[in-house]
Amino acid sequence: MNKAYFEIIRPGIHSTLQDLGRSNQYHIGIPFSGSMDKRNYLISNKLVGNKLNEASLEFAYQGPLMKFNSGKATGVITGNVTFNIIRKNSKIDKGVCYQSFVLNDGDKLDIISTNRSVYGYFSIKNGFAAEYFWESCSVNTKAKIGSNNGEKFGINQKIYINKNESLSDIKKIDYLNSKIEYIRVLEGTNFNFFSKKAKEIFFSSEFTISKFTDRMGMRLEGTKIENLSETNIRSEGLIKGVIQVPTDGNPIIMLSDHGTIGGYPKIAVVISADYDRLTQLTPGSKIKFKSVELNEAENLYKLYEIETENILNQIR
Amino acid sequence: MLKNISNLGDAALYCDFGNEINRETNLHVIKYFKNLQKLNLKGITNITPSYNKLIISYDLSIINFENLKEEIKNLNLKEIENKEAKIVKIPICLDDEFSLDLNRLSEKLEIKKDKIIQSFLNKQYFCYMTGFIAGMPFLGDIDSKIRFQRLETPRVKVPKGSVGITEQFCNIYTFESPGGWNIIGNTPIKVFDKFNEKNPATINPGDKVTFYKINKDEYLKFNE
Repeated sequence: MNKAYFEIIRPGIHSTLQDLGRSNQYHIGIPFSGSMDKRNYLISNKLVGNKLNEASLEFAYQGPLMKFNSGKATGVITGNVTFNIIRKNSKIDKGVCYQSFVLNDGDKLDIISTNRSVYGYFSIKNGFAAEYFWESCSVNTKAKIGSNNGEKFGINQKIYINKNESLSDIKKIDYLNSKIEYIRVLEGTNFNFFSKKAKEIFFSSEFTISKFTDRMGMRLEGTKIENLSETNIRSEGLIKGVIQVPTDGNPIIMLSDHGTIGGYPKIAVVISADYDRLTQLTPGSKIKFKSVELNEAENLYKLYEIETENILNQIR
Repeated sequence: MLKNISNLGDAALYCDFGNEINRETNLHVIKYFKNLQKLNLKGITNITPSYNKLIISYDLSIINFENLKEEIKNLNLKEIENKEAKIVKIPICLDDEFSLDLNRLSEKLEIKKDKIIQSFLNKQYFCYMTGFIAGMPFLGDIDSKIRFQRLETPRVKVPKGSVGITEQFCNIYTFESPGGWNIIGNTPIKVFDKFNEKNPATINPGDKVTFYKINKDEYLKFNE
């Protein structure tokens, strides 16, 4: 194994290795997982010249403080993140997102916070040494699958990197994480379980994102959604983005580490194009839903992909 | 039979096999599931069977709803071979410390504990689906005499290995997890093993399952 590693002095709130996630395991209860904000994850790998599905360190709210040991390496942070590089001689370089930087033996990386957002990504040239389960290193702390025994990183742990390499040129792009006014959704398969008034409330009122929100799901609070039919359905499969309404009338949006089967009626499903930005909404912020048709959602996804492609192509 | 295909969001097909929950309906679901697993159609990223529904997730950058729907409607289905369904034998310890709800069930159902256990052990069960948490099997149908609703207030932590019953179904908690099923015992075997990458789930949709009783001593020595 390569000798260069990061030693974790402060692990942060939820720091895990993630990639594009794993497929074909829903039928045994294992969700996709993977990076929550896929676009920012891809950009981070591209900026250090990695293959696009390389393992990246995802952090939430407060990231880790880590000391780099042995040699030299190039890294980058994406998202809306405040961070410092504390050089071995104690000089502090203020970090700039979307701009690669070189770390030398003894330097510390202090990822202080994500601003008005939840997730950020730290990628290193050649990637972190990760363990793979079903072709993905993505950590799912519930099923204890993925790198680091499926656990988030803790204090004093070491994260090894695959191969030291510092790039001679600094790569950067200008990228602004756009805010979203509405989360666009398609009607769910149990849409007609809900009263006319409940549907109106769902599409006209504001919901607040609750603090009980994590990689599994986002809980919302607001005017209660009244169910006319049944508050439970026979358990069936779920996908990320599904909005379930349990008996208490407060919607829950399924996120990347969600349980694969659920028994609450599905009022709506978030469109794929809005998923990245949905996951970046912080607890306490307000959210509104807007209904779109299937072909519109499909076109919006094409647009999302073209935009992502264009951003990645700007990095050379 | 497959009655209707609609969209669940913009990246999944929602295949409806009707409202009834029974083995016959579920076998249709599993037939589609196994056929699709073998066919490995381009763009499909996940297939999730449940009692009477099948959800097919796909990569929207490769295929869209209308095209995949047509492919599924026109599938040339092959019969599932019987040998694909395993018979799995699961040891279960029913001592008081593991059977958290057996006394309560006995009171509510007005059936002696021994009778509940006997009735539970006497049947062969069928795996309708696996999931919610990794490897958790949903088995049925338990004898109509010992059926009971779920707990009004779910437990915050159900111990790993717990075997629970609710209505006509039975499940096994593969991880410590919140849950509201009536716990009647605990199994020492690893029902989910991530290190067995080819076959991490001991019980898969379509499998048959029987339980056999072990005592505390056998339980403790089981993994030695």
